[in-house]
Order: sequence, then C-alpha cells, then structure tokens
Amino acid sequence: MPAMSTFKKSPWVVHFNCNSCNGCDIEFLACLTPVYDLERFGILHVGNPKHADVLLVTGSVNHRNARVLRNVYDQMPAPKVVVACGVCAATGGIFADGYNVLGGIDKVVPVDVFVPGCPARPEAMIDGIIRAAEILESRNTAAITSVSCRKPLHRCTPVPDSPKPV
Amino acid sequence: MIRRNTIPFGPQHPVLPEPIQLRLVMEDEKIVEALPSIGYVHRGLEKIAEKKDYVQDVYLAERICGICSFMHSQNYCQGIESLMNVAVPDRARFLRVVWAEIHRIHSHLLILGLLADAFGFENLFMRLWQIRELVLDIMEKTTGGRVILGVCTIGGVKRDITPETSDYILRQLDEIERQLSAVLPSLTHDYSVKQRLVGIGVLPKDKAYELGAVGPVARASGVAMDLRESGYAAYGELNFAMVTESAGDCYARTLVRVRELATSADLTRQALAKMPSGPITTPVKGSPTGEVLARIEQPRGELNFYIKGNGSRNLERFRVRTPTFANLPPLLHMLTGCQLADVPVIAICIDPCISCTER
Repeated sequence: MPAMSTFKKSPWVVHFNCNSCNGCDIEFLACLTPVYDLERFGILHVGNPKHADVLLVTGSVNHRNARVLRNVYDQMPAPKVVVACGVCAATGGIFADGYNVLGGIDKVVPVDVFVPGCPARPEAMIDGIIRAAEILESRNTAAITSVSCRKPLHRCTPVPDSPKPV
Repeated sequence: MIRRNTIPFGPQHPVLPEPIQLRLVMEDEKIVEALPSIGYVHRGLEKIAEKKDYVQDVYLAERICGICSFMHSQNYCQGIESLMNVAVPDRARFLRVVWAEIHRIHSHLLILGLLADAFGFENLFMRLWQIRELVLDIMEKTTGGRVILGVCTIGGVKRDITPETSDYILRQLDEIERQLSAVLPSLTHDYSVKQRLVGIGVLPKDKAYELGAVGPVARASGVAMDLRESGYAAYGELNFAMVTESAGDCYARTLVRVRELATSADLTRQALAKMPSGPITTPVKGSPTGEVLARIEQPRGELNFYIKGNGSRNLERFRVRTPTFANLPPLLHMLTGCQLADVPVIAICIDPCISCTER
C-alpha cells in the first residue's frame, strides 16, 4: 500500500445503508470520529452522492431499496468505486435466507472492494476505503474505455418495482 | 391561500444514519402532516427465525439491531428460558445487567452525539463519540466484540468477568464520567443548544400515554414507565431511581438520556459489587413449547418479543415489536405544526432505530 501522502486527490465517501442491522453503520460513523479519524487521509464523508467518489454500502439488497441504491450509484460522477461493507453486503449474510433479500449488493452495482466482518471493524473499513481510493486513482488516470475489466452493468438482476409508499 | 407542498425527507438523507422516508406536507415552512414510508431495511427476520434452530435464533435476534444488540439477545433468551422453565444462574443474571447497562451507556452517547450533529454542533458530536469509544473498549475487553457481543445464550452467558476485568471496568467508568462531566454541560446548559431544543417537538403527557410512547420519550413527558422496575434479570436486587422529566420537549428527552447515563453507570457498579460467585450457564435440553411475551427495557424503551414454540427445534412464530415502532405515532404528532428546519432534531430526538422497526 502506498503512503497516504501519495494520494493526489481527496476521495469523498457517501454512505448508503441498504438493508443493514446498523452494526456496520455505527462502525462506519466510528471511523469518522477522533479515535479512528478517517479524515486524516483526506477522506471526507458527504451526504450528496453527486459530490462523492466512493460509495460505501452496508447491508444486503432487498426489493424495496435496490432501486434506491442503483439511483444513488447512478447519480455519482465517473470515475467511481464501490465498497461493500460487511458480510451482508457481500452475500446477504445471516439474512440471505430472507424472502425479501436479493443477496449481496453486487446484484445491483459493480463492487470494487469487499470488506468482511459482522460487523466489519473500523480498521478493516479504513483499509477497504483506502484500497478503493487506490483503485479510484488508477481509474482517474486510465481512459474510461479501458475500464472494461469491471463487472458489466447489464449483469444486474432485474428488480420489480417497489410498492407505492403508503 | 397558501399552496401545500409535499417534501420527501429521506430515504437517503445526511442526518439520518438509516433509510426512512417521511413525506412532509408543508404550508410554507410549517408542517401540517407527516407520513412515514418504511420498508427500506426490511429483511424478513421473523420468517428467517422460523427456518433456523431456536438456539441459532439467539444470534439472529442479536442482529435485529446493531446498536442495542445485547438486549435483543437477552430478551430472546429470557423468553425461551421462561418457556422451558430454565433457572438462570445468579451470576449470569448479574452479568447480563452489566452488559445491558454498558450497552445503554453506549447507545445513549451515540444518540446524544447524533443529536449534536443534527443541530450542527459537530465538535460536541466528535467529543461524545470519542468518549463512547471508551465504552466500546469495555465491551471489547469483556466479550471480544465491539458492537455485536454474542455473549448471551439460552441458560446464561458465555463469558465471565474476572476480578481484574471488573476493576478495569470500574476504572474505565470513572474515566468516562470524568470526561463526560467536561462535555455534558455544553449539551444541557449551552444557550445555542437550548435554542434548538427547548419547546421543540412538545409531546404532552396525555398524548404520550394515548399514542403509546415508550422509553425516554414517554419518561420525558412525565409518564413514569421503566420496565427495569419489574425486576427482570437482576434489577430486582439493585437500587435505582427512574428518571423522569415533565416538559415533553426535545430538551427534556435529552435531559432524560443524560441523567440515565449516570443511572446506568451506577447500576453497573452495583451489579459488579453485588455479583455472587458461581456458574455462569446451565445446560438446556429439549425444545420450547407454548407461547410467551418477553419484555425488556431497551435504551429506546420497551421491547416486546412474542415467541411461540411447538416442541420442535424450530419456532412456530417469532414476533418483534421494537420501541421505535411504538414511538413513531408520537413522532408524527410532534412533527405536525413544527418547522421544516426542526425536523432533523425532532426525528433524531426519539432515538429512531429503523433497522429494529423494520426487522
């Protein structure tokens, strides 16, 4: 891993809670606070997906939030990277058997880094985000057309429309 | 005539750590109606519980919510134990109180920090979460996990607290209280903070009772209701005074949580001091039969589990009613008539846990 000072740009992270139990979410918030302090790498947490370079997703995908996740991903400007945090985001985890759970978030968006753990520890998350930032740097320099090694988007499982809000 | 507009608040909103949508019907800046739209984190947990073994469900119950995870597993174990007539060893009952109260401290610090973030006091948010890490250190030292502990099991607990660890917890609690005494006055006495909290989101006592508020939301409105008084686990052998306030606004709810931090630290010390020696777990044989309603006081209020067993390894029905679900109708009442800029503070002040609610 290169020294942090070699990052040319400051990657901004948007966090999306997909179908999580909150465990990974509060651990991600703990990453931002003084003990772990993600900001020392120049990594900022933002609320607006249009400002963000890194999408950090916790939890699995269900019928209702798959479109929301896809929407957040589509709003982010290219180049962008996705970090799947925790086993739920990877495979569905303990909830994989649920009738409402589609599985890991790679069913909906292409994932660059998987962070294991239930919940993932803050150290592991920071490592995952920094690896994602390295991938982002390589994408910054590469031409958009040469990124074809990524998982193609058309592999997404078609998701039925979520029911209308009551 | 003022035109009505509907503003969707969420599901992806910077102030909310979790996805919930509130559709706010506005007249200018004033909210005339708030409609929640949920289901973004529904995992079908109750159905998964029927597919798994009833012992595996302890770990599933723990993952209903990552913030108050220990109490979910504790409530589930207490329910199954009462179904199977298992007498939990005394030491295990006290150990459960220790972990539950440490969890309460962590949960209250978490929400007070998020509240500070919601009204724009980022420094306070960072300080409170920094102190919260000391609480997580206790959990990591005693159980190995920071958030999901996995120590509760049917018939007792899995890990013991040695006298050295007990001393460590006491030292750490003193350090937490010392650091909090420097930080909390800015939450309770600061002029700007009071401007954002006093008189905002008022829930009168009769409304709190009528709408079925639970936990700190009910206690801040003067409804004296705390399940710990019923004496489950080892609470019957410990002394504590229930914290209530009467104003029913966001400030009162904050005060209740701030004062409960001290209560929880005191209960932890009492439980560590009075803890008897002996075994920490008892063997359990057979499968649960019959039905039970298990109740427990969580950081957010009363948690209900309905458990029905039919003598097989799988449960016939597992139903979860979490405190945030009970506090949603009071939230909608509080939001009506308030200003749009106050929505984040009021929403955070009921300590919403959407993952619990949607299971």
